[in-house]
Amino acid sequence: MTELSKSGAAVGEPTTASPAPTAFLEVRDLRVHFPTDDGLVKSVDGLTFQLEKGKTLGIVGESGSGKSVTSLGIMGLHTTGQYGKRKAQVTGEIWLDGTELLSADAEYVRKLRGREMSMIFQDPLSALHPYYTIGQQIVEAYRIHNKVDKKTARRRAVEMLDRVGIPQPDKRVDSYPHEFSGGMRQRAMIAMSLVNNPELLIADEPTTALDVTVQAQILDLIRDLQKEFGSAVIIITHDLGVVAELADDLLVMYGGRCVERGPAEKVFYEPRHPYTWGLLGSMPRLDRDQQERLIPVKGSPPSLINIPSGCAFNPRCPYADVPKDNVTRTVRPELAEVGSRHWAACHMTQEQRERIWTEEIAPKL
Amino acid sequence: MTTQRTSGRRKQAMAATAVVAALLTTAACGGGGKDDNSGSKTGAAGFDAANNKVAQASLVKKGGELKFAASQDADSWDTTRGYYGFMWNFSRYYSRQLVTYKPEPGKAGAQITPDLATGLAKVSDDGKTYTYTLRDGATWEDGKPITSQDIKYGIERVWAQDVLSGGPIYLKDVLDPKGEYKGPYKDTSKDHLGLKAIETPDAKTIIFKLPAANSDFEYMLGLTSASPVRQDKDTKSKYGLKPFSSGPYKFESYDPGKDLVLVRNTAWKAASDPIRKAYPDKISIKFFTNANDLDSRLIAGDYDLDIGQTGLQAQGRATALKEHKANVDNPTSGYIRYAVFPQSVKPFDNIHCRNAVIYGADHVSLQTARGGPVAGGDIGTNMLPPSVPGSEGQKYDPYQLATANKNGNVAKAKEELKACGQPNGFKTTIAVRNNRPTEVATATSLQASLKKVGIDADIDQYDGSQTSGIIGSPSNVKKKGYGIIIMGWGADFSSVQGFGLPLWDSKYILQSGNNNFGLIKDKAIDGLFDQYNTTLDDAGKAKIATDINHKVMEGGYYLPFVFEKYINWRSNRLANVYTTDGYSGVYDFVNLGLKSTK
Amino acid sequence: MGHRTDSGGPRSRSGPRAVLAYLIRRLFAAAVMLVVIIVVVFCIFFLVPKWAGVDPALSFVGKQADPAAVEAIRVKLGLGDPIYSQVWEFFKGIFTGRTYAAGGDVTHCSAPCFGYSFRSEQAIWPVLTDRLPVTLSLALGAAVLWLLFGVSAGVLSALKRGSLWDRGAMVIALAGVSLPIYFTGLLSLAIFSYGLGWIDAQYVPIEQSFTGWLGGMILPWITLAFLYAAMYARITRATMLEILGEDYIRTARAKGLKEQTVIGKHAMRSTMTPILTMLGMDLGALIGGAILTETTFSLPGLGQAVLNGIKNQDLPIILGVTLITSLAVLLANLVVDVLYAVIDPRVRLS
Repeated sequence: MTELSKSGAAVGEPTTASPAPTAFLEVRDLRVHFPTDDGLVKSVDGLTFQLEKGKTLGIVGESGSGKSVTSLGIMGLHTTGQYGKRKAQVTGEIWLDGTELLSADAEYVRKLRGREMSMIFQDPLSALHPYYTIGQQIVEAYRIHNKVDKKTARRRAVEMLDRVGIPQPDKRVDSYPHEFSGGMRQRAMIAMSLVNNPELLIADEPTTALDVTVQAQILDLIRDLQKEFGSAVIIITHDLGVVAELADDLLVMYGGRCVERGPAEKVFYEPRHPYTWGLLGSMPRLDRDQQERLIPVKGSPPSLINIPSGCAFNPRCPYADVPKDNVTRTVRPELAEVGSRHWAACHMTQEQRERIWTEEIAPKL
Repeated sequence: MTTQRTSGRRKQAMAATAVVAALLTTAACGGGGKDDNSGSKTGAAGFDAANNKVAQASLVKKGGELKFAASQDADSWDTTRGYYGFMWNFSRYYSRQLVTYKPEPGKAGAQITPDLATGLAKVSDDGKTYTYTLRDGATWEDGKPITSQDIKYGIERVWAQDVLSGGPIYLKDVLDPKGEYKGPYKDTSKDHLGLKAIETPDAKTIIFKLPAANSDFEYMLGLTSASPVRQDKDTKSKYGLKPFSSGPYKFESYDPGKDLVLVRNTAWKAASDPIRKAYPDKISIKFFTNANDLDSRLIAGDYDLDIGQTGLQAQGRATALKEHKANVDNPTSGYIRYAVFPQSVKPFDNIHCRNAVIYGADHVSLQTARGGPVAGGDIGTNMLPPSVPGSEGQKYDPYQLATANKNGNVAKAKEELKACGQPNGFKTTIAVRNNRPTEVATATSLQASLKKVGIDADIDQYDGSQTSGIIGSPSNVKKKGYGIIIMGWGADFSSVQGFGLPLWDSKYILQSGNNNFGLIKDKAIDGLFDQYNTTLDDAGKAKIATDINHKVMEGGYYLPFVFEKYINWRSNRLANVYTTDGYSGVYDFVNLGLKSTK
Repeated sequence: MGHRTDSGGPRSRSGPRAVLAYLIRRLFAAAVMLVVIIVVVFCIFFLVPKWAGVDPALSFVGKQADPAAVEAIRVKLGLGDPIYSQVWEFFKGIFTGRTYAAGGDVTHCSAPCFGYSFRSEQAIWPVLTDRLPVTLSLALGAAVLWLLFGVSAGVLSALKRGSLWDRGAMVIALAGVSLPIYFTGLLSLAIFSYGLGWIDAQYVPIEQSFTGWLGGMILPWITLAFLYAAMYARITRATMLEILGEDYIRTARAKGLKEQTVIGKHAMRSTMTPILTMLGMDLGALIGGAILTETTFSLPGLGQAVLNGIKNQDLPIILGVTLITSLAVLLANLVVDVLYAVIDPRVRLS
């Protein structure tokens, strides 16, 4: 782990009422609910965070914790292209550069997509249309938002492919996605996402489908590009290792809610939530022996339909039995400040957690 | 070949047809309004108005297009090769014979009258020589006169069976029973007129010399296959595509299976032809594949009549009888529908077992299966069609099929079974053509009533298109154990010989293509047929016909179902319409006319 | 690891020459298939009756079977020859024409001779070429209709999944798939032709009268299209729903594409792949004869010809139509495969 952000400026107060946005991206009490036959699936249930330009936020959690739903929510992809009766219910506020997106005109948001904010998906093979060449897909992305002729757009596509490190870009621009290797495809995907110089880039598990060496290349690329373009970046991952080098701030999600967030260095070195401990424990570390390396979180993620009252993590929490004073267990723990711009939601006292971290967890990591 | 996805759902299709039938019954007659029997509103002549009488003869206007609709093309339009009833009837438009049927309704229509000949034959006392003189002014479509040689050549073509198969071969059997002549195409004589039995001393005279007398010989000369053919116009096997006309109409166009158009033959002179009135200017046939569609179009008035003349389909019949009764006739067809018992299949070698089936059958139910008294026909009581001279109709009912035993007589049947030595009944097989739904229905009916008697009958539905190969082979019938065969038969010409010779004469038991399904070997019957051939007076012939019929019935070879009847459609436009026994009770095509030339 | 550096595009691997080689290979395979089909058909028509103890020649001649006539038919139909020589004669006839001689009559059937019908005394080839346009116009006209209505109904159903429209359309589609042509055909005739009298509904050749032709074809088109539109609507709906769940559709939206473009371009392109495959196969099969439709509406097409052939024991016409059908199906297969490769770059022609 190297070079954690010292600033922490990206994480603001978990304010609730102020209508005026203070950050470039401000998400307030975002809720994304899906009605199904079995009941209402509360994929995201009250999420708040902020992000400044030029900064990177890592959202971490297991699959099903609501990370991807959050990102699609920001992009406005829950409400567009949803057919049939069961539409997702998205509430809360998403302020991007001073505009609230959930109440904004759908057409206005569409024009922001791909230009102001764009996205990189987990599996570039399925995320790219198999019947169109890479070039065609990049050209299309460019020409939606820029009135240029095809030639110009193609030049731009080649330039972008070159920029993301694809060799012979003038030739490969005419290749189809299946003719690329996984890493190349993700590079192409990134090229497509950045073709309009977006101010917000959301990377949803950008490296999960790739092998380790390529993962590093892609992460380097994202970092370089962020520096070059100055965009705000959200990296969504289940793997803390991925964001370790990149993120300025971290947000840990569990069961559709934020359980801990703060500057990356804080969350890494002074985590104050048992779930974060678990994530840190299951992080692959090259400097440790095999046996000790992985301490996964036992159990499975909670059902998002009937979220138990009280702490959602309680059933899996190894410290659920730690005696807790003055706490009603059926009440859900709220985020509480545990340090400078560092919040965590846990029923244990700060002292208890500090003790457990320093005495029991940290030495094992 | 590929069928559509819906194929192979015949049952479903049939059920659907029934539903459509109901819909058609109401939908098809939106416009017409009800016709009463006099048909004053639409101009239709009335129910049965043309059955054995002439309807609306005075309304004929010369000209116009007479439109036939057909659900099937003819087997061939070649006068030598055609065997379908409607082809013979239709062929009079473009071909003439020495003699032909009288253009008159009912029984008179089955009498022979001179056509190309000036009069009926001068027959020698021994009944072996027939002499005709030709009429003046009869010409081919190119204006050349029709000669006795043309007639001889036309008849000689019957001998060329290897090229011109399909037609009746009575003339060949009667004139050259030993088969000495090889046909005109293999004829080495210069004029190809080497048949010794026919002499043409001059262009106007023709003499037939029969090796043995045959009192029906003039009927045979009235067949279409005795039409003249001009040697230089003979295209052999392809002649049927465009026959060279000797009648009032000639072929304008013919597309097999699609359409056929006749136009006036301008060379034909009315004065030379005592038979043909030639009212319309144009005669057309349009071929359909969907018989229900055809019926609907008849009822809608798009066409004048069905060339097949085998009656409307069930749904068209219902509509016609209900809404347009004035447009239909209900003639007796000349066909008998029956079951026959091959004597080679045990226990049908025993007359009592045959009688058991005849008594045990429910004749009303069989009639219903055929379509009931109107569409199916009267209960058949013997084996001679009512239109054939010598027939007694339902008056001759030796088994009391239409009276006391019409619902089946179980007691009598069991008695017969006892006499046959099968008191507990027996097992047998009913053979029926799979492509005739009404025949299958009669088989089912028969099976049900025989069960009551103790006779356990399986039904074998065989490929109807292979009829002559399957039931026409006595060895196959015996092998398959077909104790009961369901069939129908109509006369080629209106006499006991024309109807019954191939069915009942022991000489006609053939190893293949057999029609004597009962394998009747009765010297009395054979003798009566021989006697018939030498009897020249009509009364004597009728008497023999009656006797033959009695002998056949007494032998218990047949279970007749019905004397068949049809419901045939006639359009409002038709005039001078009448049915004729000459063509099995159907309309006489040749003198049909239209009321309006539009 | 990482990225492949070979830069071979798709065009280098399935370029024109590769396509040509592929086509030649496939055509050759099709020809072999055709030969197999002919041999099988010959066996069905000539061997099976023999085993069943039925003499096709006798059935052909009919009521008063003169031995000379039966013998002549046997010679003309080649019933006496061994199968291989019959097949060989047939093939030779296609290229050199054939001469049938029996009795005193000689019939010449000029190349391409696909046999000769001794029923209607016609060479088969002209019958086929005469009837093919009718069947073609039936199949193609119906195809245009069913693609238009089936695909759009399917797309709309998918987009309005669960709505009243969706359920209504799918019920109609189910009816369309289940109802026999015979029923819908007669019903349409009863209503529009005999009942309301709007349409004459009798076939008229196009060269005689265009409006007459249109009037004769419209009900068969609608009837046939109804059946197929129903199938296509169901397939389109299912495929569209599947495609709409694909990641690349989400990507297209994330790019900021208008929803019309997402559906009309990205989703449709993928949806059309199975549709085109089906279309090719269906057209191929229909060219072989929409027997029921042609029978119901008395259309003089190949289906009607084959039906008449079966009725009349006219083996050569059945053989001829079977051949044309097989050819159509094989060609349709080929066209579909090539089209498939054109649409989907992942498919290689090899």
